[in-house]
Amino acid sequence: MATELGPTPVKQPASGAAPVHHGPKGVGEDNRIASQGRWASWLLAPTIVALAIVIVYPIISAIVMSFQKDAGLDPVTGLFTDGGAAGIQNYVNWLGQQCAAQGGGTVACPPGTLGGQFWTATATTFFFTVVTVGFETVLGFWMAMIMARSFKGRSLVRAAVLVPWAIPTAVTAQLWLFMFDFNGIINKLFNVSILWTGSEWPAKWAVIIADTWKTTPFMALLILAGLQMIPAEVYEASKVDGASAWQRFRLITLPLVKPALMVAILFRTLDALRMFDLPYILTGGANNTTTLSILVINQIRQGFNSAAALSTITFIIIFLVAFIFVRFLGANVVEQSGASGKGKK
Amino acid sequence: MTAATAPASLRAQQDKGRKAAQNKEKWASARTYISAAVILIWCLAPAYWMVVTAFREVGFTYDTTPWPTHVTLDNFLTAFDTSFGNKFGQALLNSIIIGVTVTVVSLVIGVFAAYALARLNFRFKYLVLGFILGASMFPGVALITPLFQLFTNIGWMGTYQALIIPNISFVLPLTVYTLTSFFREMPWELEESARVDGCTQGQAFRKVIMPLAAPAIFTTAILAFISSWNEFLIASQLSNERTQPVTVAIASFAGAQPNQIPYTAIMAAGTIVTIPLVILVLVFQRKIVAGLTAGAVK
Repeated sequence: MATELGPTPVKQPASGAAPVHHGPKGVGEDNRIASQGRWASWLLAPTIVALAIVIVYPIISAIVMSFQKDAGLDPVTGLFTDGGAAGIQNYVNWLGQQCAAQGGGTVACPPGTLGGQFWTATATTFFFTVVTVGFETVLGFWMAMIMARSFKGRSLVRAAVLVPWAIPTAVTAQLWLFMFDFNGIINKLFNVSILWTGSEWPAKWAVIIADTWKTTPFMALLILAGLQMIPAEVYEASKVDGASAWQRFRLITLPLVKPALMVAILFRTLDALRMFDLPYILTGGANNTTTLSILVINQIRQGFNSAAALSTITFIIIFLVAFIFVRFLGANVVEQSGASGKGKK
Repeated sequence: MTAATAPASLRAQQDKGRKAAQNKEKWASARTYISAAVILIWCLAPAYWMVVTAFREVGFTYDTTPWPTHVTLDNFLTAFDTSFGNKFGQALLNSIIIGVTVTVVSLVIGVFAAYALARLNFRFKYLVLGFILGASMFPGVALITPLFQLFTNIGWMGTYQALIIPNISFVLPLTVYTLTSFFREMPWELEESARVDGCTQGQAFRKVIMPLAAPAIFTTAILAFISSWNEFLIASQLSNERTQPVTVAIASFAGAQPNQIPYTAIMAAGTIVTIPLVILVLVFQRKIVAGLTAGAVK
């Protein structure tokens, strides 16, 4: 990454114009780069400004808020207080699951309050992430392998996988809520009588199954795109050399598709870590299906500043996971998307 | 080897080998079709069930006949009925207003950035690309708290701009990112020829590149619109009854009895919300898949 941040090496794309020397000022190569830089900053300015307003400003604002006390009734005096600086108290409260106590100081949050749910919500979020991304990777890989083969009706399958992706998550949640109903199709189909949203594990599995249904297609299409970049000759050569199907998968497909696979897993992981719509509508966060995002939303109406601290913690968690992926697992997204020139198929 | 001594038995062996290979191939193709059928059922069955239920009489909500029975259009009327406090028609309109505005704004701003990222050499290119990609992965909850407070303070709660502005935060990066990968694939030699013929870079962009880029921009517009149309988290907090989009309306759909979820009406509403998207996606399938996967593998 570090080397990429330096000055862009003077390197023209193959199709780029040869340096133009006949202009009125005799424009040279260096000037050309400089003028491209000026052009680029003008073209990029609207996007950068817009993102600064809609993302950078709220982040900074959230961080500032997170160090403020929430206005409210002072438990000691019973008077309304304006808040004021809180230092890192909001963070300490969340991480230690402490709530403001009668007579000052803090005590462990009683069960059922939002403050007491931080670690279970974190665990739930990671559980959902690991399980759904795991399922989606395996299922998506399998789907991609099938869709990469040539057979009649292949385009029908490729179109069909887009259907779950195109349905809004809110609709998906209601649809699965209906199918998971006690009298619903799933209980009848499998001849069971499970109260899916009524207790912890069925509720968790309901969320996992619905999420897997909804997002596996995206995974499958990303992996398929990766598979299609592997030249057919490689497989033919390996067949001539007598490689078995398993060997071809393990020694050719897997390593060659790995960059695309890692990016797909990274995208899905970051997406799953902020999971909100599905559990919020499907289970309402009941029965230990409250994710960090749901906890933040529930906290907003009980105190902005405390919610800001929690959303900042969530942001940091997601950022750390992304960092680990890019740094240690080799999911180089920017490289993948930016480094290759045109014509690479 | 037996080849030199017994040609007859060799031929028999070859025949056997060929037959085995043929059988193996047949078996492999059968397995492919079975797998394809499983994928089709897994992807389509829930969506099919939504549509079937949408056309079923309320009294037969839990009917499990796999094909349409007790067909009625009542549920679609119920979905638009406002007497239980649902404002689905208004919500549809709101989603269109928000989706179109967000898409247009993101495209107008993003197309320039994408051009620069795909086409120009400049410092910090990868830093900018990384920033934009990071922005698209940004968790919505991290924005919602300060925006909730800000919009409350300036009286924007329940306005369209309170929903449009946060949507731009994730639609704009997506737009720039998708367009950048599309633009990389375009025949830029034409731009060079235009410049040799005396166009300025700006003219070459307007007169040569824009018409060529139209399909890419259109596909990106569909992706942008879908992601705005599907947004729920921000809308669920920053909208009110007047401005709520369809996702929020469907999530909180109320029935005649407070403790009974009006599933058939919800499925009808879900069908209305989904069908246009599904048609759009199926018609432009190839382009959409290219746009979806553009950044990840190229």
